[in-house]
Amino acid sequence: MKVIKNMNKSITQNKALPDEYRYGFKTKTRSVRKLDKGLNKDIIKEISSIKKEPKWMLDFRLKALELFMARPLPDFGADLSNLDFDNIRYYVRPSDRATRSWDDVPEEIKDTFERLGVPQAERKFLAGAGAQFESEMVYHHLKESLAKLGVIFEDIGEALIKYPELFEKYFASVVPPNDNKFAALNSAVWSGGSFIYVPKGVSVDLPLQAYFRINGPLMGQFERTLIIADEGAKVHYIEGCTAPTYSSQALHAAVVEIVVNKGARVQYTTVQNWSHNVYNLVTKRAKAFADAEMFWLDCNIGSRVTMKYPAVFLMEKGAKAEIQSIAFAGKGQHQDTGGKVIHLASDTSSTVSSRSISKGGGRASYRGLLRVAPGLKNVKSKVKCDALLLDSDSRSDTYPEMKIDSDGANIEHEATVSKVGEEQMFYLMSRGLSEDEAAAMIVNGFIDPIVKKFPLEYAVEMNRLVEMEMEGSVG
Amino acid sequence: MASKKITEDKLEIAGLRVTAEGEEILKGVDLAIKAGEVHVVMGPNGSGKSTLCNTVMGHPFYKVTGGKIVMNGKDISKLSPDKRAHAGLFLGFQYPREVAGITFGNFMRIAVNTVNKARSKSYKAIGPAQFYPQVQNEMQALKMNKKFIGRCLNEGFSGGEKKRAEIVQMLLLKPKVAILDEIDSGLDVDGLKAVAEGISRANRENGTAILLITHYARILKHLKPDFVHIMSDGKIVKSGKAGLATAIENEGYQKYE
Repeated sequence: MKVIKNMNKSITQNKALPDEYRYGFKTKTRSVRKLDKGLNKDIIKEISSIKKEPKWMLDFRLKALELFMARPLPDFGADLSNLDFDNIRYYVRPSDRATRSWDDVPEEIKDTFERLGVPQAERKFLAGAGAQFESEMVYHHLKESLAKLGVIFEDIGEALIKYPELFEKYFASVVPPNDNKFAALNSAVWSGGSFIYVPKGVSVDLPLQAYFRINGPLMGQFERTLIIADEGAKVHYIEGCTAPTYSSQALHAAVVEIVVNKGARVQYTTVQNWSHNVYNLVTKRAKAFADAEMFWLDCNIGSRVTMKYPAVFLMEKGAKAEIQSIAFAGKGQHQDTGGKVIHLASDTSSTVSSRSISKGGGRASYRGLLRVAPGLKNVKSKVKCDALLLDSDSRSDTYPEMKIDSDGANIEHEATVSKVGEEQMFYLMSRGLSEDEAAAMIVNGFIDPIVKKFPLEYAVEMNRLVEMEMEGSVG
Repeated sequence: MASKKITEDKLEIAGLRVTAEGEEILKGVDLAIKAGEVHVVMGPNGSGKSTLCNTVMGHPFYKVTGGKIVMNGKDISKLSPDKRAHAGLFLGFQYPREVAGITFGNFMRIAVNTVNKARSKSYKAIGPAQFYPQVQNEMQALKMNKKFIGRCLNEGFSGGEKKRAEIVQMLLLKPKVAILDEIDSGLDVDGLKAVAEGISRANRENGTAILLITHYARILKHLKPDFVHIMSDGKIVKSGKAGLATAIENEGYQKYE
């Protein structure tokens, strides 16, 4: 742990990532099939037909489309009025099928990974990594030992064909299509994403990783992830993403569903670094059953708008939820993030911790929901949100909603807002640090308690991203 | 006792006039500090002592309206604080700031590497394994708990520990000129002695010239200044040798106000 801590903070020394690790580039891709822009029944039918899906899925998609059309935009959160749904391409397929072997991955896609700095992690976790390029898994290699343990780690489209029973049982069981407008949209047009099943008592030691990437102007990404941890199973899934900058808007509306069965533990880690034109509107939800544990670890650095509130439903006794998140809102960005915990059983506990940074006129909002159902005993919850403002143009808000219907609940809530002070900056600069270095040190120090929870290579990357974000930002 | 390290380094403050929020605080300060010298500036509250310290280090709150701050022949009065640190200045703070999420040891390593890299292109960054024992030695010399190396910068440090840590920083950064702003306040008898010894050692071993700002003469029992200056109403009103401090101790500041 010590080593990790030290590396986290090697602000001036850390050159772990190449300088090209910046959004703002794109690679030529050969899109095999690009459907027309806009959304209607024919598009849905074509998507389903290309994917050779069973009829129930086509029906599910068509029903979801109706729900999407019928629902208004959310009346809370960020401004979505610039989203033009007719100007978005809802499905793109770069190659005919998801490939398993690294040799089969097209050169230009490898090149993109190279520029993203992926290979470093890829080398280590080669066997466990799936990567989404445009709307399909192009590279998805299953580690053999995983397969031996009975663990399924598949492109979600393939899983629908290969494991129809598991799929039908769990798909949309956590996030129904009518949950919200963007969950409905995803349900109608979903494509790509991961499917993970960990059988009873199996513990997956290495984190499973997937790289997501939007590449192609005006393209929405609607991946869908379904993770099922059977009784006593353990798994950690990591998604990290970055995207090139485009002038036109891009929409990313993912749905992540997680089922944590009795005594199981799932950790879902996200490092989100979309380019600053992306609307990132994601529904993430888990159901935790008896003595199960769900941990959402979430870092939002990029995007124009993010609305994301990872949720845990504590279904049965002994279930635990933890949600830790970081939001970084720079110029022109609105990070509307937080977490939701719904206590539906006695003897359940939850911890929610959020740290946000706003600079250059950016806005970070914490939006949380804590609900304790009636008649429960021994429920504990701790919610803490801290905001750091780098300048007076920036903004931070807190919307912590609490609905506590049981007397037997012990709830703690704490919120702080602080400003980076001139005195603190002067102190660090008097020790030889430049303005940018001093600001990055303060910001990295502020988010450190949460960053420490990320795997080392991600922690290093996040510290580096903060340094890049802080370049020329003070004053 | 080892002989003092002698260099040609020199800090000159000439006719320095400073305003803060429109009010003139320094009204023409002259001081020249040569390598290896120990200067003490004494004065009543509100005489402009802290303004002098902060202005020389480049605090953005203070506006230089006249005069110069010259380090080794170069006017540094328009440089940012980090550039002044690179040029060889150090400020020991009256109220050292706390920074969360960065340990004292790691912060010092970053600061030492940054400053030395700026001072010499051929400098090779020092790693934790090599550097931390140095930090711990200095902490021990200041009679600090070595465990503080792993604490966040000044977080959970008592007032006295913060002051000792400032001296540790000075000893590691090896500045040419260190300005120490009321470094003696908030220290008990043992702390005062340890800090004074640290200052003497920096002066002796690293050749760091000292500009010590204080309200009281008590630290001078442990530290022999070469020059003592009395500051009043934004000006140096009298300069002399060590004996001047004794006179102030006996007579107070009234006759200079």
